[in-house]
Amino acid sequence: MIPSSFTYQKVKSVEEAIAALKESDSKILAGGHSLIPTMKLRLNSPAKLIDIGGISALKGIKESGSEIVIGAATTHAEIASSKVIQGKLNLFAQTASAIGDIQVRNRGTIGGSLAHADPAADWPAAVLAADATIAVQGAKGSRKIKASEFFQGLFTTALQEGEVITAVHVPVFSGKSVYMKFPQPASRYAIVGCAVVKHSDGKISIAYTGVSSNAFRDGAAEKAISGKKIDAGSAEVASKAAAEGMHIMSDHYASEKYRKHLAKVYLKRALLAVA
Amino acid sequence: MKINVKVNGTAHSHDVEPRTLLVHYLRDTLRLTGTHVGCDTSGCGACTIHLDGKAVKSCTLLAVQADGCEVTTIEGLATNGNLHPLQEGFHQEHGLQCGFCTPGMIMTAADLLKHNPKPSEAEIRHALEGNICRCTGYHNIVKSIQYASEKM
Repeated sequence: MIPSSFTYQKVKSVEEAIAALKESDSKILAGGHSLIPTMKLRLNSPAKLIDIGGISALKGIKESGSEIVIGAATTHAEIASSKVIQGKLNLFAQTASAIGDIQVRNRGTIGGSLAHADPAADWPAAVLAADATIAVQGAKGSRKIKASEFFQGLFTTALQEGEVITAVHVPVFSGKSVYMKFPQPASRYAIVGCAVVKHSDGKISIAYTGVSSNAFRDGAAEKAISGKKIDAGSAEVASKAAAEGMHIMSDHYASEKYRKHLAKVYLKRALLAVA
Repeated sequence: MKINVKVNGTAHSHDVEPRTLLVHYLRDTLRLTGTHVGCDTSGCGACTIHLDGKAVKSCTLLAVQADGCEVTTIEGLATNGNLHPLQEGFHQEHGLQCGFCTPGMIMTAADLLKHNPKPSEAEIRHALEGNICRCTGYHNIVKSIQYASEKM
């Protein structure tokens, strides 16, 4: 399978990428591990690809005050193996290692995954649970978007036309965290993925991916466990609130009923893992 | 578009269409047909090569993305006519039946052994999650990689 014809421009800076994006029907290419497969299937046929894979300013992980800043073009494998991430933001090391397979992790990038906003991608759950912000840059300047406001629907985000994700800012938290998923056995996409952060002050954040048309923070489940000691009983009670009131996806991998059941099971497991 | 790629130590320069996939550049332009196309949807790993030393699926990369990079394919593993320990391992331990997945299995295993020279059986199986064998030969594939791990 070969994509339709397009023109290709490799850019050296974010500014150059933003300028190139003004051409109609152009798309950003980072690792390409969501975009190229859709182009091969002709689900996507952009007229132009702007390759940001060579912009060094978009790569790498650094600590900046009370947060960790991950460049948008940093690969999943680089995040999974980073000593800073493993030491201070293990949720992200765990999530990165759970994505696809080693070949995918060697090419796919965190920024690309967030911009694509696949309903079954792993990163959205982690950035939501960790209260991350997504830094973007466009012709009108830079802005930061809270993860909770970023995912707006199926493959739909708060990114405006002409904007490029530059980094993910994650506040360092103390406490326990976990990402657990029920993977589709061949693709490793999450049929249900659940990220839980238990902050040292007792606050609990719960985020789901794979369950609905976009990843979301589960306020009802958070409320159900808030202020309680986590044990089998309270986890069971909280799990009853899981994904309540959400539109649940249904496809040939998992029916709506089965997905909702999995959401409960994975919340219970994740809560007990951070107990 | 003109690209410059070093493949198995040899520098190549070609004009390619931007939509040319790296696997087709390797197979059709360079005639290195050891790299296979299995599923063509980024799932099976038969097209695995090393790009700047890392295992990647060459069916999910554009040839233009490899411009300025070093590529190693299955043809580049043997040195001076001596099989790579992984190739020897697949031979000794009967790590293949039809052989279609083998180049990808070996290239993924080579990446694993570079980072983890003495992997456990569980680590080998986990590392192979992006490579599918239709003959269900995983057991001997794992043994082949263990053989190479001991030899290297």
